[in-house]
Amino acid sequence: MARSKELVPGVGRFSRSQVFARRGLWKGPKKSEKPAATEKPAFVEKVVGGDKNGGKRLVPTSKAPRIYPAEDVRQPKKSRKTPQPAHLRSSISPGTVLILLAGRFRGKRVVFLKQLASGLLLVTGPYKVNGVPLRRVNQAYVIATSTKVDISGVTIDEKFNDSYFAKAPVKGARSAEEEFFEDGKPKAKEAFPESKSADQKAIDQPIVASIQKVNDLVKYLKASWGLSKGQYPHQLVF
Amino acid sequence: MSDSNFKRFVEVGRVVLLNKGPSNGKIAVISEIIDHTRAIVDGPTTDVPRQSFPYKHLTLTPIVVAGLPRGAGSGVIKKFVEKEGTVEKWEKSAWAQKRLALEKRRKLDDFGRFKVLLAKKQRRDVVRKSLHKAKKA
Repeated sequence: MARSKELVPGVGRFSRSQVFARRGLWKGPKKSEKPAATEKPAFVEKVVGGDKNGGKRLVPTSKAPRIYPAEDVRQPKKSRKTPQPAHLRSSISPGTVLILLAGRFRGKRVVFLKQLASGLLLVTGPYKVNGVPLRRVNQAYVIATSTKVDISGVTIDEKFNDSYFAKAPVKGARSAEEEFFEDGKPKAKEAFPESKSADQKAIDQPIVASIQKVNDLVKYLKASWGLSKGQYPHQLVF
Repeated sequence: MSDSNFKRFVEVGRVVLLNKGPSNGKIAVISEIIDHTRAIVDGPTTDVPRQSFPYKHLTLTPIVVAGLPRGAGSGVIKKFVEKEGTVEKWEKSAWAQKRLALEKRRKLDDFGRFKVLLAKKQRRDVVRKSLHKAKKA
């Protein structure tokens, strides 16, 4: 990039992130349809005059450079590492009661169902018990308790994957005005999709049934968790 | 000694509660006083090996093994302690009971703590109601 003047070969004035900021590509996609590149042949056969020249010769279409750089420019090392989903903590297994520590449901005790491909945990309140819906949470923001709920009767469909929870992408540019207002008034709330509430009920029903079998477990899940004076999480047993 | 206000003394035969080291939380008997900072303690019935122990890290209990000779070895101490039932005396004391309860509380998991909370609530409710009844009567 011209803006990042080379200080010494291979080292630009600006860092990668600075160059990124200056290039401004993050401002938005400016996609243009490029014509499909036609492949050029590497060699072209040319007719050569003269008796002793064999008549024809293969000539490279692109000339080899006449000079080579005297200094070797180091190629940045390519990383072959790929991000992997987090390993599930050993204290968490299907049915474990988790305490959520972040987000709008912080302090709630929820039931763990399974780990998704992205490494996030699929949990449910159950919704009827404490108002926490089927939801993805990061296990870093969770305390695993030793309490377990019997969820052997629950079948978790394959459709509960990361894309199930993804927001539908908004096509085209929309102003913030359009997003929240309609003819000068705040937009009416979109109804919760019926299929999702049906999914919630189907998943929760056997869980609630097994929770009700254990004394005080419903109350436990309903109550939210917190620390009182003199309690330190690292000293507590969960 | 009769004119002293103190009740517990560092003396041969005094049962002590150890507050530090591998024997933390166990009781032992003072067998010999070394100097003003340490004593030889021994607990053959409580898994405390014979050792020098600083007073700083032990607490005197009201229990004394009577008639224990000075510098008694483990065998003699064991005989005396078993004869007097010292360990049972300690375990029955309110102090030991409280320690036990505290330890139990500490080991509770989250659900266990919640159940304690519920039980306390219930107890409060009963007390409140009966108090109200008694006041009315």
